Amino acid sequence: MVISRQLKEKGMRSFFFLIAFASVAILLAITIFLFREGIPIFNLVSVKDFLFGIYWYPTAEPPDFGIFPLIIASVSVTLLSACISIPLGVMTAIYLAEIAGPRTRELAKPIVELLAALPSVVIGFFGMVVVAPILQNTFNIPVGLNLFNASLMLAFMSIPTICSISEDAIYSVPNALREASLALGATHLETILRVVIPAAISGICTAVILGMSRAIGETMVVLMVAGGAAMMPSSIFDPVRPMPGSIAAEMAEAPFRGNHYYALFATGMVLFIFTLVFNLIADHMSHKYRQVGDATL
Amino acid sequence: MKRKNLFLLWALAIVAMFSTTAFAENLVINGSTTVLPITQKVAEAYMKDYPEVNISISGGGSGNGIKAIIDGTTDIAMSSRFIRDSEVKQAVDKGSYPVPFSVAYDCIVPIVHPSNPVDDLSLDQLKDIYTGKTKNWKEVGGEDRPIVVFSRDTSSGTYEVWDEKVLRKERVFPGALLQASSGAVVQGVASNRNGIAYVGIGYLTGTIKAVTVNGVEGTEETTLSGEFPVSRPLFIFTRGWPEGRTVHFINYMLNPEKGQKLVKEVGFVPLF
Repeated sequence: MVISRQLKEKGMRSFFFLIAFASVAILLAITIFLFREGIPIFNLVSVKDFLFGIYWYPTAEPPDFGIFPLIIASVSVTLLSACISIPLGVMTAIYLAEIAGPRTRELAKPIVELLAALPSVVIGFFGMVVVAPILQNTFNIPVGLNLFNASLMLAFMSIPTICSISEDAIYSVPNALREASLALGATHLETILRVVIPAAISGICTAVILGMSRAIGETMVVLMVAGGAAMMPSSIFDPVRPMPGSIAAEMAEAPFRGNHYYALFATGMVLFIFTLVFNLIADHMSHKYRQVGDATL
Repeated sequence: MKRKNLFLLWALAIVAMFSTTAFAENLVINGSTTVLPITQKVAEAYMKDYPEVNISISGGGSGNGIKAIIDGTTDIAMSSRFIRDSEVKQAVDKGSYPVPFSVAYDCIVPIVHPSNPVDDLSLDQLKDIYTGKTKNWKEVGGEDRPIVVFSRDTSSGTYEVWDEKVLRKERVFPGALLQASSGAVVQGVASNRNGIAYVGIGYLTGTIKAVTVNGVEGTEETTLSGEFPVSRPLFIFTRGWPEGRTVHFINYMLNPEKGQKLVKEVGFVPLF
């Protein structure tokens, strides 16, 4: 009887280990595949020319494989969308966790999270058909499918991520801290700014980085509303061509294991490295700013 | 006795398996999304006339279709361009000989916003617009507005024709908005007064205005007579000379009373 119980215990352990291991194995397999399909392009162009070349003409004769405009596009779209989504997301989270009454909170939180349930193609279509003409007419710019439009749509997509994770972080700050602050004579606003947010900062940082890594990897929206011009943007109203959009648009027609195909996989590698760095930063932040004592999250 | 029964059951199952494959014939078609609407329409009519045939169609682009012919994973490949030399070589290396059939003509028409007063552009003017030399509509007889250039992705078959007939191997300037589908291009020009783009004749709608090229309007007649400069034949390819159901389907597609009528219905130019 005792042996069978131990066996059961052991069986459970290995079962859960296998489950946990599977996701690691899948990630590893994808990474190996990505690098195996991407590396061969560097026989044709140097890493420097690939990363910093400013012309992307993969099908021309002779072809140019410079993804610098694509990288700039991805980075600028992500940064601009972060400028919109971070204040909105974090402030919504503060309102929901600290200021709103329980009934408003019960109602508003699911609605914000519902925004995350909108399929990206719907957001893209909205940006293309509704927002683009409005931008064109309001700012009197030649084209409404541009960096700003894409950033706006991506901000819509990352707000729910940022808001709901920060809200959880703020909400789980122990009440003892708030009570102590109020007891010392601080106002509600001072308590929020000086006590609650610093205590929740690691959670908020994680939320921001996860929201941004969602934005940089998002494909459908940038494919539909960023405009698709592989040039260096000189203003926020210029059309751009971020990396995921370029990969998605060209992969179907790129000849299998041709140079264009390798170049697209190498672009995927760059994108992968970007999101990896984002996640490492998020991890680092959550350790560095971790509060000790009662406020540990 | 029991064992004999089991054996009989197995035998029956195997016979049943073979007979279903024999009765429901399968035809696999893959390739260009430009040719897809034609094949789709023809296949629907064909399956209505011959219910015993099951045709599955997918559109992954001309390159993928021809690759499927090379690998032998499809019966018919659709392509909006002729096969490349490198692809023929790959096919021959794998022991297959792709056979082309022209099924229809596509006519690529430049389009602008309906409010744009420009009605005609020459091939050279179009080239200058797409290479970024001409940047304002007034340089080609329009209003004083910037030109917003829409183009298809450089790997699409439609772009390839534009590249060959209009750009003549020069590059589209980097500021052109490359769109992933003809639908997106039409949508882009329909909502932008400064826009110019090019689409197949089948995509012309009331929301955009077609422009004549060198004074020639893009129509069926001008395409077939060769007067309209930006037109191309559309192809299907088979792996070796087609046999059996495949050749029967292709004959149906090329029949002026059957398939070619449908070509016109979906907005392309029929052969006859």
